[in-house]
Parts: sequence; C-alpha cells; structure tokens
Amino acid sequence: MSDLSLMVNGKRVSGTAEDRTLLVHFLRENLGLTGTHVGCDTSQCGACVVHVDGKAVKSCSMLAVQASGSSVVTIEGLANGADLHPVQAAFKEHHGLQCGFCTPGMIMTATDMIARHPEGLDEATVRAELEGNICRCTGYHNIVKAILAASKTMAKGVKGKAKQAA
Amino acid sequence: MGIEGVGARVARKEDKRFITGAGRYVDDMVVPGMKHAAFVRSPHAHAQIKKIDVKKAQAMPGVIGVLTGKELKADGIGNLICGWMIHSKDGSPMKMGAWSPLAVDKVRYVGDAVVIVVAETKGQARDAAEAVEITYKELKAVVDATKALEKGAPQLHPEAESNLIFDWEIGDAKATDAAIKAAAHVTRMKIVNNRLVPNAMEPRAALGHYDKAEDHYTCWTTSQNPHVARLVMSAFYNIAPENKLRVIAPDVGGGFGSKIYIYPEEIVCLWASKKTGVPVKWVADRTESFLSDAHGRDHVSTVEMAFDKNNRITGLKVDTIANLGAYMSLFSSCVPTYLYATLLSGQYDIPAIHANVRTVYTNTAPVDAYRGAGRPEATYLLERTMEAAARELGVSPAELRRTNFITSFPHQTPVIMNYDAGDYAASLDAATKASDYAGFAKRKAAAAKKGLLRGIGMSCYIEACGIAPSAAVGSLGAGVGLWESAEVRVNAVGTIEVLTGSHSHGQGHETTFAQLVNERFGVPIDSVSIVHGDTDKVQMGMGTYGSRSGAVGMSAIVKALDKVEAKAKKIAAHLLEADEGDIVIENGALKVAGTDKNIPWFQMALAAYTAHNLPGGMEPGLKETAFYDPSNFTFPAGCYICEVEIDPETGTTEIVQFVAADDFGNIINPMIVEGQVHGGIAQGIGQALLEGAHYDASGQLLTASYMDYTMPRADDLPSFKVSTSNTPCPSNPLGIKGCGEAGAIGSPPAVINAITDAIGITDIAMPASPSTVWAAIRAATKH
Amino acid sequence: MYSVNYHRATSVADAAKLVKSGDAKLLSGGMTLIPAMKTRLAAPSDLVDLSRIKELQGVKVSGKTVTIGAATTHYDVANDEKLKKACPALAHMASLIGDPAVRHRGTIGGSIANNDPAADYPAALLALGATIVTNKREIGADKFFKGLFETALKDGEIITAVSFSAPAKAAYEKFRNPASRYAIVGVFVAKGKDGVSVAVTGAGDDGVFRSKEIEAALVKNFAASALDGVKVPAKNLMTDIHASAEYRANLIAVMAKRAVAAANV
Repeated sequence: MSDLSLMVNGKRVSGTAEDRTLLVHFLRENLGLTGTHVGCDTSQCGACVVHVDGKAVKSCSMLAVQASGSSVVTIEGLANGADLHPVQAAFKEHHGLQCGFCTPGMIMTATDMIARHPEGLDEATVRAELEGNICRCTGYHNIVKAILAASKTMAKGVKGKAKQAA
Repeated sequence: MGIEGVGARVARKEDKRFITGAGRYVDDMVVPGMKHAAFVRSPHAHAQIKKIDVKKAQAMPGVIGVLTGKELKADGIGNLICGWMIHSKDGSPMKMGAWSPLAVDKVRYVGDAVVIVVAETKGQARDAAEAVEITYKELKAVVDATKALEKGAPQLHPEAESNLIFDWEIGDAKATDAAIKAAAHVTRMKIVNNRLVPNAMEPRAALGHYDKAEDHYTCWTTSQNPHVARLVMSAFYNIAPENKLRVIAPDVGGGFGSKIYIYPEEIVCLWASKKTGVPVKWVADRTESFLSDAHGRDHVSTVEMAFDKNNRITGLKVDTIANLGAYMSLFSSCVPTYLYATLLSGQYDIPAIHANVRTVYTNTAPVDAYRGAGRPEATYLLERTMEAAARELGVSPAELRRTNFITSFPHQTPVIMNYDAGDYAASLDAATKASDYAGFAKRKAAAAKKGLLRGIGMSCYIEACGIAPSAAVGSLGAGVGLWESAEVRVNAVGTIEVLTGSHSHGQGHETTFAQLVNERFGVPIDSVSIVHGDTDKVQMGMGTYGSRSGAVGMSAIVKALDKVEAKAKKIAAHLLEADEGDIVIENGALKVAGTDKNIPWFQMALAAYTAHNLPGGMEPGLKETAFYDPSNFTFPAGCYICEVEIDPETGTTEIVQFVAADDFGNIINPMIVEGQVHGGIAQGIGQALLEGAHYDASGQLLTASYMDYTMPRADDLPSFKVSTSNTPCPSNPLGIKGCGEAGAIGSPPAVINAITDAIGITDIAMPASPSTVWAAIRAATKH
Repeated sequence: MYSVNYHRATSVADAAKLVKSGDAKLLSGGMTLIPAMKTRLAAPSDLVDLSRIKELQGVKVSGKTVTIGAATTHYDVANDEKLKKACPALAHMASLIGDPAVRHRGTIGGSIANNDPAADYPAALLALGATIVTNKREIGADKFFKGLFETALKDGEIITAVSFSAPAKAAYEKFRNPASRYAIVGVFVAKGKDGVSVAVTGAGDDGVFRSKEIEAALVKNFAASALDGVKVPAKNLMTDIHASAEYRANLIAVMAKRAVAAANV
C-alpha cells in the first residue's frame, strides 16, 4: 500500500491504494471518475486515455502510485463548467460517437493531438495519430471529421485571442 | 419535417453524457456490499474434468466463495439452450448438447467456465482463481468443421453423432439440378467465410444482486435485450420467476449481436449472489471476451451458379458447412438457415435455388449472430460468384447484375422471401456514378505507372430485417415472437415519456424516437424522454438486433402514438366544442381545422389529468400501450463499390475509394443512418482485410488479444462516400427498412472483388492481409 | 496483476540500492512491463521506478556525438530539434513506436532493456554502432542484444544512456504487424565512416541482426538500385500467423531498399 497525492481535474486528491492499482482503477474506483474506461488488456484500445502532466497517456498501463505528484485530467475535467470543450462539442455536432464507450479516450487523445499540432491537422495525420484508439461503431469517419473541425475551431479561438491581445 | 422532426439531422440527445464521461455502463455500477468475481476457465479445448479442489483457493485472502458446477446443478440451475428449433431434412430435431453454465464433467473449448471465485477485490478473486486446482484428462480436439464431420473425429456431445447438429435443406433440389444440367455456363466456387470476433469495445459484464428479504434478484448486464434475458433466465435457467427478477441493461458499449445472448456469467453471478449473500460483479477482460463471446460467421460452402445463353441465372445450388462451436448459442441455429439460405436469391430473379446446410460442433467458442448474421455469408457467396461469373463470361460485372435484377414487386423468391419493394438499378446507378466506375481504366493505368495494382469490385446486397411476423417465424422454429412494444405516457404538463422494448447501445434511439414524437405532436425533443433497458420500467419487449428497432420498435411507437392522438383529439374536441374529425395537431397545439380555435398541447394534457371536464365516460389520464407485429420482413438493399491499390512488393492493400448506395426506405435521421453505414462498412472491411479468429489444431485461440487480432483502425480506412435512395417499405407504417447491418453485409465481397480484380486471380482468402496478398501475387506471377 | 511493492528512485545510485531487494525489476515507461504484469506474465516482487530521475533524461548532441538519457521518452526523442538535425532517422524511428500515448511514457532505456524481438530501437542502435552506457560499464550494441528478450545486462545493472556517432546517412523503414503495430520487419540502414550497417528487427528468430547480404550490396554502392535482385535467405526468420519467413525475407529486402532511398534524399 502507498499513500498517493495528486491533482485530478484541478483538485488535490489524496488516498491510499495497493501498489498494484492501475491509475485507471484508482480514478474509477477510488475517485468515482467512471468516464475513463477499460477496453483491452494490452494498452491498444485507448478507452483509458487521460492526460498526465499535460500529455495523453494510457491510464491502464500506469500504476496509480506512479502518478503521485502529477496532475491528471480526465474526461470529467475537460469541459469548462457548463461549456463543452470544443472537441466535445465537435464530437456531438459531427456524430463522432455511437455507443460512447471509446469516446472519452478518443476525446482525450484528440485534445492532446490538436495541442501538439498547432500548425493544424489533415485527414492523414488524424488517422495516423488515432493508432492507439479503437472504435468499433463509427468506422472513424465522423471521428476524423470531428477532430478536424475542432482543430479548426480551436485555431480560430487562438487567433481571435491573439488579435484581442494585439 | 420540422427542425427536430422526421428526416432532420438532429444532433443526438444522449451524447451529452457520453462526451462528458457521465455514461453509466455495467462496470460503473456500485451496489453496497458488492464483491468481485473471477472465473476459472478451461485451458484445454477438450478434456474431462477429473477433480476440482477448491480448498487452497478458499483459504486465500479476501475470498468469500469458490463455487463449482456441481453445486450449481444441485441448486437446479438449468442448462443453456438454443431458442430456435431446426429440423434436419430427415425430420429429426437438431441435436442440442448439454451446456452447463459451469462445466461439470467435461470442457469443450478453451475458455469454458468451470469455477467462479468471489472475493473482496478483483485482484484477490484472480489470485484465488489461480489457486483452484483442477485435474483434467485431455482429449483430442477438433476445430475445423469439415474435419469434425470426418470419421474418427473427436466427439463433443453424446447427443450429436459425428458432431452433426442438423442437416437441413431449403428450395427445390430437382429443379436446381435440372437447371445446372441444362445451363449454357456454370460458375463453380468454393467460398470460405472467415470466423470473426465481434469485439464491442465494452467487454461483457454482469452484476448480480440477490435481495434475501424480498427474495428478489437484480441483474445489471451488458445486454441488447434485457427482457429476453429475463424470460430465458426465468423459464429455462430457473434463476427466479419473472416477477422476482429484474434485468437492467444500462448504457451498453456496443453489441453487434454478441450481447443478444444470455451467457453463463450472468446466470452464475446471480446464483453466486444468493449463495454468498453478497452482490457479485464480473467484468470480462479483453482476452476473456475473445475466448468466451459468441463468435461470428465461419462457413465453408461450395456453389454452382447456372446461366442460360443470355447470361440469365437459371439455377443456384449451394452446400454449406457451418461451424457452431462447442455449444449451441441462443440463436445459433437460425443464422446459417433462415437468416442465410433465404437470402440466396440476392437481388436476382433466380427460378431455382437449392441449399443444403450442415451445422457442426467443434472445440471452439460458440458461434452466433454477428452484425448481419447469415446475410453477410449469403451476400459474400452470391456476390463473389457473380463477379467470378462475369469474368468467366467476359461481361461487365455491373451489366451481368443488371441483366439479372428483379424489377417488379412484390417478388416471391424460391427460398421463402417475398420482396416487397426495391429499385436495385437505382442503387447500382448511384454507386457507379459516385465511384466514376466508367473512368476506372484510366485510374488503373495511372496506378500501374506508380508500380501499384489497382482493382475495382462491386457488391449488390439485399438483406431481410425486422424478422417477422411472429406467427411466421414461429412456424420456422423460433422460440419467441419478434414483435415490439411501446408505451407512450403524456404527462400532465405535456412532456412525454416513451417506454420502448428496443434497446439502444449506440444506435441513437433517445434521439430518433423523440424525433418521431416531435413529428406527430410538435413537442420539442428535449421534452420527450426515451426509457429503455429495464424490465421493471418497461413492458415486455424484444430488444435490438437484426436492424429491427426502426422498422419494428418505432412502428410500435407509432401505434401507441395513434392511440394517444385519438384520445387527445377527443379531449380537444370536447374542450373546443368542435367535431373530433376537425381537430388537427399543428405547432404544438390542437386546432380546429380552418379556424383560429385551438388549445395548446400542454393544456390538453393537463385537462386529461385534472379530469374536470372530459367527454362523458372517458377515463382520466393520457397513456397508451401498443404491441406491433410486422406483416413481413423488410428488405434493405444497395450497391457498394470498392477500389483498391495494392503494393505488390509488400502486399499492402489500400482502399482508395469506397462508395455505398443504399435503399433503407424512409429515414428518420440521416446523420445517424450514415453513422450506422460507416460503422458497418468498417466491420465489413475488417472482415475482408484484417480480422480473423485463428485456432491452432489443439484448439488454442491464437488471436486472443489486440496484439494478434487485427481491429480496423483509423489509418486502415478511408472516408466513405455514402448515399441513399428510397423505395418506402410498404409493410410498416413508417416505410422504414433498417440500416444497422447493411454496411457489414455489402462490403466484404466488394473489397475481395476489388483485390482479385487488381491481382487478376479468382479467389483469395479473407482476411486478405498483406502476407496473404503478397503470397497470392507471387503465386499468380509464377503461373 | 500480482501484488508488488513500488519504489520511486531519486537517483541512479538510489535505484541501484533499491533494485537489490527481493525479485525487483526496474520500471521505466512501463509500456511493456505493466501490460505483462497485468496479464500475470511478469511477477516482480518490487518495482524501482526510474522515470523521475532527472539525470536519466534528455538528448545531448556534441559535435557528432549523440547521447540520449535512458529515461528519455520516445516522444522526446522524436521531437528533439538537435537530434532531428544530427540524426533525423532516429527521431523518425522514435515517432513510429506505438501510438502517441505510448510514446509519451515509453523510454529508450526501457525498450532496449526489454529487447523485444519486434521493437524498433534495437535495430537502430545496432546499425548505428551505439554504445549502451550503464551504471557499471559501457557495452557495444553488438554485444548488448542477445537473442529474444535477452541482453548483456547483469542483475541490477541500470542503463543510464545510449550514445553514438551521428552517421552521414541513415533511415529506418518499418512494416507494421497489422494487429500489434510492432515491426514485422524494421530495417535501419546507416552509412558512416566505418562503412554501411543494416540492422533488422521483427524478423529474426533470435532477435535483431545485421543483414550481411544487404550490407554487402550497399558497401559497393549505397543506392536503392544496388539492392535490385538481392535475395535475403528465409532461414532463421520467424513464421507466425501474420507473416511467413519467406514473406519476412521479402520485406527485409523491400524495406532496406526504401530505407536506402530515404537515406539518400
């Protein structure tokens, strides 16, 4: 057993967990953040993707105790109050989800992807970067569309802010 | 059509919870005192259980109970059943081998459940599961259906001699043989339909809770049809009478057929909850899913297609061996029979058809319906054969199909189905236009300059959905009726709840069903709630599979809405002192046609509940129930065209264009329909290029994780060009045909036809992985 | 996963001490070790986490010499501007490992210590003639990688860095396993002052190896056309459900050709 202390969705969280507890199980079972899912055993499906210290990682392949001292953002922490994050909004607008199970991981991967590509995204890049996220419902068609749309929206947002600042 | 009505691209209501992480799946459920289960599964494909020693496991930390099949049998829990009776052509009933939820004296596939361990934590349950000592005597295994029929093959069930479950036929053998004999040309093929693992992203899970005080069970389960689960668990598995058993299927993370069936785990979790006195939760890991979810497809067939001198098909003869795995899953028997052979006429006018189907036990996971269920196998067989025939006859594949299209409706095929409406040429034209079929030669030449092999392939599919009417399916052996139910509750403030027997696990019912209500009553969709997935809330229903929720589920809602409308109009007429026949519903109000006299919807609803001023003799309230039994199947159809480029050096196939032109009849929400088609195509391309369950000869599943089973990923697929045309279905009030399975049905032959076209060969095995394609190119070049 | 005791090391010396307890294993990114523990294929008593040790992180380029800290993630290797100039082939190779989330955690040290026969780094380091630096010694890549999942590392020995001299030309071409996305065949070609070196991962039944046939053809002429007609023997190559030995042999030649073409751009 280890004591853990970490930031989750902007709040300080402390707890005790067996050392073998995976981060995803700590989030789901200790913190009740069940939006992060487990869809495979081999770190390939990406249903468990969260952000640790600003980077997308697979929370099923990381011990909770490894994240102690880190800052974690889950799907529950992405929206700003009642306002959906632009990626969340784009998934809804473009029907980028059906059963919803892979969706939290997809959205967390997509936000990370967009952040890493401030120059913008094209379809081939989005498809390549989704290698670690499996969806069985959508055939990815609308997921790709949603991510491209969100990327554009967010770029506009940044430009808009830059203009305001100028 | 209003902005939220029928035909509108309305964004989904249910999305909010999924995109914010607030979806509620079975694994998210927590019940006070809940403990965790792990199953001990057979590591052998075929073995006798000599001894089970649970002492060590029982003494492990946190262990609450370690339970075996013997105890389960002693408590009277029944064997799993197959709910569709098929008789062999000699009149004998299918041979159903005993399937105990926990194996008692024999295991028949790797993953067969033997013991359940309940412990404080999932980790402890797994630790203890490893400590259960089981002594097996290994037996020889057989995994290939053709080999299982051979003399001397290992025998799985004493009930089924030679592992044969049934030997069934349909159609006219004599007429078909005569047609082949008299033919100007006969195309002959061997067609293999590869075994697939459904792989819904949410693994199966069950939470069983026995309430001792009430002597009542609750089961949260990953089900596409909770009412059927309750019925079967009550009537056949003796868990509890229906009034003592509540089944809840909350948010379910995809099904694709694999979550229709009632599996051993939910039965055992319910029973174990009573035995141990604690709520018991089990969640499969992915490898458990690979091993124990019902698989799909796995057919081996031979086909002869006869043509006259005008290239018109005169006869079709098919012989199929279907691998059903180690046990007969719930609807396994109807898949290679009534969902398969009855579709062998395809879109074509074929005067004589005969199909013989043998189903076989092997030491593999049970096989049952997977997205399309029988119809993909029929379509693959037919459309591969059409393509081969076109090449043999030296005619355009498109024209050979067009020559043989059924053009007048209704059309009675020689294999039961009576097609009610369609325009197959319209889909073919739309697809050839969208794909620039005529310009293919240029593109092929351009690809050749880059050293790439370009090929084009098409597939004209038909499927039968909304499996019905109940009396008809009953006469074919179904153990259940295939109607659907709906209840519409108009609240006193005019908001509406629709309780449906359909279950949504990705299909968007909470939106489309609400659109239907909006279309009728003008109530905003936000004021309409769709309730499903809970046997305590919703009247008996049949669930969601076979693309039936639109055609059957929504039709039931229409029937209930009709009744609500009739009563609402009576109330309005009474209040407005008008004739009932003059009342129309417009813009959220009930109006006297041609006047400005009206009463808002909510005011009418309030009047129904205050009951201060209702027509004489009218009961208060506004709530209606309907059960809808369709009068025929529905027949979605379409044309898919796939274009590929193959890198001959590596065998890599890139899908450079994929066009789908479907006829689904009327459409409620085009956005959702397109999404269904996209997903279906991805699964079909998956079958053709990527996916395949491989057992080795000893019965070990070699593809038991995503390390070895190739799931379609974003970079394996292109964006799709989809379109629809519309010949409304005449047999249901909405004119809907269904769209859930089309993509998975139509796409595999289009892909394989394109690949064989590119390489210039007759056949290639699915999945046409790079290594398979490379080997095929090498073999073709050697010739 | 079996029970395990976790220790977070603060320095290499601290890690060296901690790893002596029980049946301890070093944990870096954990992208292979943790999945193996989840499926109970690995069962260490203790884990010593190296991933927060600052001295193990980062890429240094000094003249031609490149040094990469063992706990540097694939993401950081792929995006290091200095490395992209000095040896773009290695940065590109790192960008092909796993997926973005895996690259954010997985490290070069973890990858080579595991020496998965289908991993990418072993091919790169072998072809680059890299030196693997541990807390005890320096080991040449040719001596370091030994068979499947085997290395020259002794119990408790900790990789601290990898260094090599940037080649004049290099490239990596990978043909992915369609399911796992590991390499079915990965070929790293490097042309430096010591000649041409071609290392192959994913294919050998004894792990990463250098292809003599391809090197011989390229020594004379470092051009893709030099590989026309060169046959790689299928002997000693793996066969599995995804690829036969013959197919792998073909892919080695094809990937080598493409890598040489890329290196010459």
